Amino acid sequence: MAHYALPFEKPVAELERKLDELRHLTNKQNVDVAHEIARMEQKIAETRKEIYAKLTPWQTVQVARHPLRPYALDYIRDMATDFVELHGDRIHRDDRAIFGGLAKLDGQRVLIIGTQKGRDTKSNLECNFGCAYPEGYRKALRLMKLAAKFRLPIVTLIDTPGAYPGIESEERHIAEAIALNLREMFTFPVPIVVTIIGEGGSGGALGIGIGDRVLILQNAYYSVISPEGCAAILWKNRAYADRAAAALKITARDLLQMKLADEIVAEPLGGAHADPKLMAQTLKQSILANLRDLQTYTPEHLLKLRYEKFRVMGVFEERQKAVASAGP
Amino acid sequence: MALFGKKKLTTVKVRKREMPDGLWIKCPGCDEMLFKQELEAALNVCTKCGHHFQLPRMARIALYADEGSFVEWDAGLVSVDTLGFTGTSSYVAKIKENQAKTGCDDAITCGRILLAGRPAALGVMDFEFLGASMGAVVGEKVTRLIERGTAEKLPVIVSCASGGARMYEGLFSLMQMAKTSAALARHAEAKLPYITVLTHPTTAGVMASYATLGDVIVAEPGALIGFAGPRVIKETTQQELPEGFQRAEFLLKHGLLDTIVARKDLKPTLATVLDFLQPAPAVA
Repeated sequence: MAHYALPFEKPVAELERKLDELRHLTNKQNVDVAHEIARMEQKIAETRKEIYAKLTPWQTVQVARHPLRPYALDYIRDMATDFVELHGDRIHRDDRAIFGGLAKLDGQRVLIIGTQKGRDTKSNLECNFGCAYPEGYRKALRLMKLAAKFRLPIVTLIDTPGAYPGIESEERHIAEAIALNLREMFTFPVPIVVTIIGEGGSGGALGIGIGDRVLILQNAYYSVISPEGCAAILWKNRAYADRAAAALKITARDLLQMKLADEIVAEPLGGAHADPKLMAQTLKQSILANLRDLQTYTPEHLLKLRYEKFRVMGVFEERQKAVASAGP
Repeated sequence: MALFGKKKLTTVKVRKREMPDGLWIKCPGCDEMLFKQELEAALNVCTKCGHHFQLPRMARIALYADEGSFVEWDAGLVSVDTLGFTGTSSYVAKIKENQAKTGCDDAITCGRILLAGRPAALGVMDFEFLGASMGAVVGEKVTRLIERGTAEKLPVIVSCASGGARMYEGLFSLMQMAKTSAALARHAEAKLPYITVLTHPTTAGVMASYATLGDVIVAEPGALIGFAGPRVIKETTQQELPEGFQRAEFLLKHGLLDTIVARKDLKPTLATVLDFLQPAPAVA
């Protein structure tokens, strides 16, 4: 694993460095330090467990944005077969921030859509840091219609800071592209399983986020506004992002508790990036279990339940008022 | 250049015109001083340049509704601090402050009206209340409006204004976009007309859900309409924004609106459009 560590991961990184040294020593001088190595590995696991057991919401956001975290296409590679990517919105362009295609999960045919981030400058420029333009959402809609027509379940993988806030986005009507997806996703008579695999950035995430099941990875987050954006508005300073992250209640555990997510998908110790292959297998099993369950419903029932699921989201107080007729 | 003996400039003193507070308003469109009473009589539209000021909630309802026809629905829905939001000030305090300021429970008023004699379900958003941000109350009231419109076979009209989602309610506020759009899917399936009027400003979460889903989308002149705010776009892209960016006229030019209609013509325009979309009005 490449040595990239978040500030709070430093103790682990330090131990890993020492472990490397030990191994190096073993190879070079043929000294038997197997016992030492085992002890060190144990220590690393413990330290990692300790750190990850008490992540603050802001630290969770950092894990969700970890540069080594598996991205949507990594999951495709590790959990799907027969993937046929389908490009473009047939109107304007092939947005690389949202990809989609046909795939099989343990033989189960699905249509899969995901938001994709880049790992380096080149790939980030290509996929615009995971921030889709309107054509990305329109591609997603086109593919979901295809899935509805051919009765393929829809699986979406979400990892985006948000839809792209730019001049061209506005000119091509990003708001309409998202709004249309929201409405139409309530009409597709096939199971939809949504997973927040990293960042669930506001409307950009919700634009492919309507489903019968909403899963969230243990260290992913889902928020109406980025912690930095919220801090800039409420505290007039982005440096208060840690407080905003806590106030917004954006972690998987919070969202499950508020019934805004249905299931938390456990990450390997130390986060998804510690073992991407294991993570992909766990996620695949969760998605498949949900699909199996959803496939027992009739399409009508599925749509009714999908409506009701989102219908009840929101907390308010209803005061009894005399039937008012305050005519102007 | 004269180095010495230069006369020191004095600040020019302009005698301030005596203006009793609140009687006059300066038009941001043409800098003209407008007599408030006259402005109100002109539906808060500048009589000199046509600049559209925001219209207070009840005046807005009166703009669409036949006299005495408005019957309020779902009054008494009040926002609660479901997250226990801990910020620089509490959400509860914000709600109270805005309730006191506007005399209303939240950012939208809904009900049934007669519009030129035809029944319709109307929602009016009020920017004065916390920037007409959408929390659970706004989302619920819009959803109920649409659901009841569907059940009673009524056209639905939403007069929009919004700064976006209400972040004090966290992800609940985002989910209002989903909820309202779901209700609109059913209303559309019933082949009933849905018209949105976009007033200054309509942005973000509201724009990316029910504001944009109208069968016909009408905007008021000069209204700021968009997904991301201009400041955010400027900061993100480091680009100069084109002139008139995100104004109603800009959107019309780019093909994102059906039409721009001056305030005084809104009601007759809606009546005409509804006449085409739903020729035989449901029995009242």
